[in-house]
Amino acid sequence: MTEVSASPHSASLLVQDAHTKKRNAAEARFRLYGAIAVGISVLCLVFLLVSIARNGAGAFLQTFVTLEVTLDEAKLDKKGNRDPADLAKVSTFGYAPLIKTAMNTVIEAEGIEIDGLKKPEALISKEAAAQLRNFVLANPEVIGETHEFLFLASGRIDGYFKGRVTLESAGLDSKITPEQLLLADALKDAGALETRFNWGFITSPDASENRPEASGLGVAILGSFYMMLVVLALSLPIGVAASIYLEEFAPKNWFTDLVEVNISNLAAVPSIVFGILGLAIFINFAGLPQSAPIVGGLVLTLMTLPTIIIATRAALKAVPPSIREAALGVGASRMQTVTHHVLPLAMPGILTGTIIGLAQALGETAPLLLIGMVAFVREYPGAPPEGFFDPASALPVQIFNWTQRADPAFVERASGAIIVLLLFLLIMNTLAIILRRRFERRW
Amino acid sequence: MNDAHIVTSFDRDLEAIQAMLMKMGGLVETAIVNGAKSLETRDLELAEEVRKGDKAIDALEEQVNEEATRLIALRAPAASDLRTVMTVIKISANLERVGDYAKNMAKRTTVLAEVGQVGSAPIAIRKMAREVQLMLNDVLDAYIQRDASLAEQIIERDEDVDQFYNALFRELLTHMMEDPRNITPCMHLHFIAKNVERMGDHVTNIAEQVVYLVTGKLPDDNRMKQDETSYISEG
Amino acid sequence: MNDMRLTQRATDMQKIKISAKGVDVFYGDTHAIKSVDVDIEDKTVTAFIGPSGCGKSTFLRCLNRMNDTIAIARVEGEILLDGENIYDPKVDPVQLRARVGMVFQKPNPFPKSIYDNIAYGPRIHGLARSKAELDDIVEKSLKRGAIWDEVKDRLSEPGTGLSGGQQQRLCIARAIATEPEILLMDEPCSALDPIATAQVEELIDELRQNFSVVIVTHSMQQAARVSQKTAFFHLGNLVEFGETGQIFTNPEDSRTESYITGRIG
Repeated sequence: MTEVSASPHSASLLVQDAHTKKRNAAEARFRLYGAIAVGISVLCLVFLLVSIARNGAGAFLQTFVTLEVTLDEAKLDKKGNRDPADLAKVSTFGYAPLIKTAMNTVIEAEGIEIDGLKKPEALISKEAAAQLRNFVLANPEVIGETHEFLFLASGRIDGYFKGRVTLESAGLDSKITPEQLLLADALKDAGALETRFNWGFITSPDASENRPEASGLGVAILGSFYMMLVVLALSLPIGVAASIYLEEFAPKNWFTDLVEVNISNLAAVPSIVFGILGLAIFINFAGLPQSAPIVGGLVLTLMTLPTIIIATRAALKAVPPSIREAALGVGASRMQTVTHHVLPLAMPGILTGTIIGLAQALGETAPLLLIGMVAFVREYPGAPPEGFFDPASALPVQIFNWTQRADPAFVERASGAIIVLLLFLLIMNTLAIILRRRFERRW
Repeated sequence: MNDAHIVTSFDRDLEAIQAMLMKMGGLVETAIVNGAKSLETRDLELAEEVRKGDKAIDALEEQVNEEATRLIALRAPAASDLRTVMTVIKISANLERVGDYAKNMAKRTTVLAEVGQVGSAPIAIRKMAREVQLMLNDVLDAYIQRDASLAEQIIERDEDVDQFYNALFRELLTHMMEDPRNITPCMHLHFIAKNVERMGDHVTNIAEQVVYLVTGKLPDDNRMKQDETSYISEG
Repeated sequence: MNDMRLTQRATDMQKIKISAKGVDVFYGDTHAIKSVDVDIEDKTVTAFIGPSGCGKSTFLRCLNRMNDTIAIARVEGEILLDGENIYDPKVDPVQLRARVGMVFQKPNPFPKSIYDNIAYGPRIHGLARSKAELDDIVEKSLKRGAIWDEVKDRLSEPGTGLSGGQQQRLCIARAIATEPEILLMDEPCSALDPIATAQVEELIDELRQNFSVVIVTHSMQQAARVSQKTAFFHLGNLVEFGETGQIFTNPEDSRTESYITGRIG
């Protein structure tokens, strides 16, 4: 007489037992938590991007005024012999009246009448005089002629058209009057003034605190570019060579382990420490010029090396040992195995790591501040190799710089610079992804 | 199944043992023919040849066994390959028995030579032996061609051999009853006749193995034994 | 009377190619190979069989000094190739491996074209003086590897695009491209299906005419099919070494018999 024991499972497959129901509910909750977490992250990201875009988009637009300026010989070239030395003696102060005259001409020509209008030339950026002077010095033959010029409008006018400045605030402002604002409106209606895309934001060098409208990222972009070149040229070979040695040739003893642990730790060191290191070694001890891309590049190289070494080691480790054995079996030496077989297969991983390291270096600010890149740099650094030793700025430093300034126009410009920086980072990361995809279908 | 094995040495091994078998078969056929001839013509030298030749047949059988064992150990044959090896082993055993009977026939010839002729028995025996030799020849062909129907015909032809034997048995009985002096030679002749009949049975076994090789099954055991002598009482 | 003897067994007249004397291998403290003496004959297939962990692969890798790549491995004793000890300090393992080729368990073609796979070895050893010579070597090796007909129209395609059996034959062709005298094979068919295995075994039978082959296999049946001499390893010892037919029909040592009949692991 055998006993038939009841099966622990429920009678019908079509009915879920309590245990299964509980488990399914728990898993559904877990998935929900995950989805919520993703949702929150996405929201934060969207919030960040939207606020930056809103603040910064305006930086790419700028108000310009088209004026016809008569290049009066009497003021510019008194002797009349177009001698460059004499022409150079006339400073920007000498050119300012020409602009004033041009403004008055336009007002009369358009028949604009505004009560209480004083100093209409305040509409034009102070930069315009320098622009005019540079043009004349470069083309002395135009003296005496009348030419049309495109000048930047002043910062407050620009702000008026972007909504920062209103007629009420102009009444309290020392730099602009409501009448001048009305003049700007009139000029706009007349077609002499317009707000349009400003390439100068990207190409011009930085300008003083009083002239936000003329400030641009040109020097910063060039400085960052030079530094990236230095980082690439130095950290890639050194990092890859160090990695190959550690992975393939180093004997497995305590010393090698020590080195490896320290390299991993270096990746976690705060970047400002590298700045102090750079200051002490490169500037104080080696005497390299302050604020130069070469110094910035060297400091950033030190920072990027651990990233590249770690990425390279991972890429080398990912090459299956069967390839190495096959190469050794055919009679290749260790060196040949690495250079002919392992390295080409590890290359995509190495490249990806390098680009990611470069992208990180592009955005580093703290070490650059310490080596003196906070300075206000107006000239472009020269062509390489001398250009590496000229003072320059860097994108993140420029952003920092601009946020310190009082003029509210700089807020917009700082946000615009952030957009530019993010764009570069996006391009580099996309490049990394493309490279990875292209090379990955190997074995 | 005419494809060669991917590993060609396997084919070579199988062909080698089958070639050995054919060689054995040829030797046995010769032994049968020569044995019967020496009986008829009382050629003592020929009889001696047949006796000595049996050694070669025995040696070949041993060799076939050795090679077949090796083939099973090293190749682990399956399906028709396995049946090939198994039938080679069995056929070689049967052939070796036939060879022994032929040797026996030759041995008795030496004895009979000292005694007188008794009727036409030797001629009948020669005819019987000839029939068996033809059967053997055909069965070896059937083996090589893998021809099961030919093999089945051979199984039926054994009836004739059995009939031959029955007739000879009665004739020898008659001779023995006629004259007691005939008993010695007739006994020898009888044993010889019996041996030839046994040869026929062995060849029939070989034919059965051929059917097994080709179809995977032994033929029906409806083979009628025509040898009625076990049922004949005196007279 | 011996014309019927199967000719595969006539190996008695071959010369000794590799002679191992008193070989001990240690992995750290573990004594993996215990004082092994064995003679590998030329133009013969020698099989190493034995249960897992018995040391057959370890011993195989001693023959081309692949154990050098393992830091904790230590080899003592002598292994003579044509009379010269391969563990002599003057010997460059890289040069040795051009004379002793190796084929591995999992087919591992380089992720390059089929042509480059075969050409790599001859290139780095400087065996070809011109492109035409290199082309000849590639063609000869692929033909010897029984794969020429299948790939002759696609030499520039990647080696990894072939099927498993084809890849393994490609690896064999690659190993013989440097004209080694000895070919070591470490379980070459264990990753292949039966048809591919049979193709490789047929290839090994053909290679035997020009090379000395040593094959490690965990399949006794494969050792029985393919080799002329078999060595049985157990727990690091060489238990029995003899002619394959005799080992599989009537082994001398009871441990060999137990392993072959499936009575021990």
